Amino acid sequence: MNLFDIVGPIMVGPSSSHTAGAVKIGYVARKLLAEPIRKAEILLYGSFLLTGKGHGTHLALVAGLLGMKPDDTRIPHSLELAEQQGIAISFGEADLREAHPNSVLLVLTGIDGRELRVVAESIGGSRINIASIDDLSANFSGDYPTLIVHNQDQPGHIAEVTSMLAHKSVNIAEMRLYRASRGGNAVMVIECDQEVPKESIAWLRHLEGVHKVTYYSLEEE
Amino acid sequence: MGFHKLQEIADWVQQKNLPFWKVVMQDDRQERNVSEEESFGMMRSMYQAMREADQSYSPELRSASGMAGGDGARLEQFRRQENRLIGDFLTEVMEKAVKMAESNACMKRIVAAPTAGSCGVIPAVLLTYEKQKEAGEDRMTEALFVAAGIGEVIAASASISGAEGGCQAEIGSASAMAAGAVTYLEGGNTEEILHAAALALKNMLGLTCDPVAGLVEVPCIKRNVSGAVNAVVSSQMALAGIRSVIPPDEVIDSMRRIGKLLPGCLRETSQDGLAATPTAQKIGKQLSEK
Ligand code: SF4
Repeated sequence: MNLFDIVGPIMVGPSSSHTAGAVKIGYVARKLLAEPIRKAEILLYGSFLLTGKGHGTHLALVAGLLGMKPDDTRIPHSLELAEQQGIAISFGEADLREAHPNSVLLVLTGIDGRELRVVAESIGGSRINIASIDDLSANFSGDYPTLIVHNQDQPGHIAEVTSMLAHKSVNIAEMRLYRASRGGNAVMVIECDQEVPKESIAWLRHLEGVHKVTYYSLEEE
Repeated sequence: MGFHKLQEIADWVQQKNLPFWKVVMQDDRQERNVSEEESFGMMRSMYQAMREADQSYSPELRSASGMAGGDGARLEQFRRQENRLIGDFLTEVMEKAVKMAESNACMKRIVAAPTAGSCGVIPAVLLTYEKQKEAGEDRMTEALFVAAGIGEVIAASASISGAEGGCQAEIGSASAMAAGAVTYLEGGNTEEILHAAALALKNMLGLTCDPVAGLVEVPCIKRNVSGAVNAVVSSQMALAGIRSVIPPDEVIDSMRRIGKLLPGCLRETSQDGLAATPTAQKIGKQLSEK
């Protein structure tokens, strides 16, 4: 926490968790999809579902998906703006078991057909946690450039990714590994101190045994 | 390093022979590795955003639930009335507190200070001061540093979140921060600033977080008024020479312990208190059917 978490942030109300946090979730998800959104299903859970309407959570999530930040005064009009941009938005309930009380499942489709399922949580203040991507654990905050690699659980992939980062002088701040089963689907979540170059991400995508590479960049669009 | 005790700030003020606000700013500069201009400029922009939010209040605003809106205009009307019990300063403080909190409930842009729910307290006191006492923007920015320093200590050694510590942590903290800031503006010394904050916080200890239907509207909006008025009154007590018998840092520590003792049903979960009243239940039911 710094001084401007005490006086600040500047944000559209009414709630840092249900409004500002929700904008941030939408914003991060949009960047993870990495292409313009054609369709978004927004499935709410817990307190997001129960008190979301009164807090403008649905408007806030859509605003984030449109690329707005939490202090954008257009947040209350996000649904109209989405319609103008021809983005199909639908709302529903998420069937998430034992998730954080402020959770949402976003099912996104891009204009070139890229698909992404993100479960995200608003965990207090306006801090968020991206809990999973495509149903595999992720757990990152969106405060760092983050590389998410889905691969086959087999020897060598971690070394390939980390040596590429070393070669590009990208320092790893934190790294987590998950796998669904031995030899099955595995995930690497790597939070970095520097941005990962675009061509390196493209290179990773072509590696054998790598199923999907998702990247969250802090750079403005 | 970040301050964990108000006394640490007071010691620095003495050792370095710097004003209170500057000690807080130096700490921010070190923490975020920024220049004096950047730190001061950022705080100034927070103050300006508060002023903009106040000016963009509209009497027509209504929240999505329909519970909030219009009371700021009522108080503005009231301020123009002759037969009031209280003076111009406090009347305008009340008005500005409601306006800001209503704007927040109606999805307008505000400055969380320390939270969105308690965003009306500090600007109500400071904006009224700027207007009625014709203080310049630099002084107001300095006062905001004083508020932030007090808030930083409360956040570090207790809490500024209703879900964690109840409403004493939100409106209570905001009130303590505003009390210190206005005491600074009135020429109070370090001891007076800290005791104003302590007196304000003491009056808010034990305040629960029990928002109706889980929304930041009832009782939040009107509590911003109480928090703001309490800040001014506590500051006046401190400037009159009254001291909190319990030292400021011990008051903050009590707030932390009370917060821990508060059951979950009174910490933002809307399971008890005002939120469990028959009327609140009815409102909740109507909203879920909407
Ligand atoms: S009652 Fe709860 S939500 Fe409302 S201002 Fe107080 S702490 Fe915030």
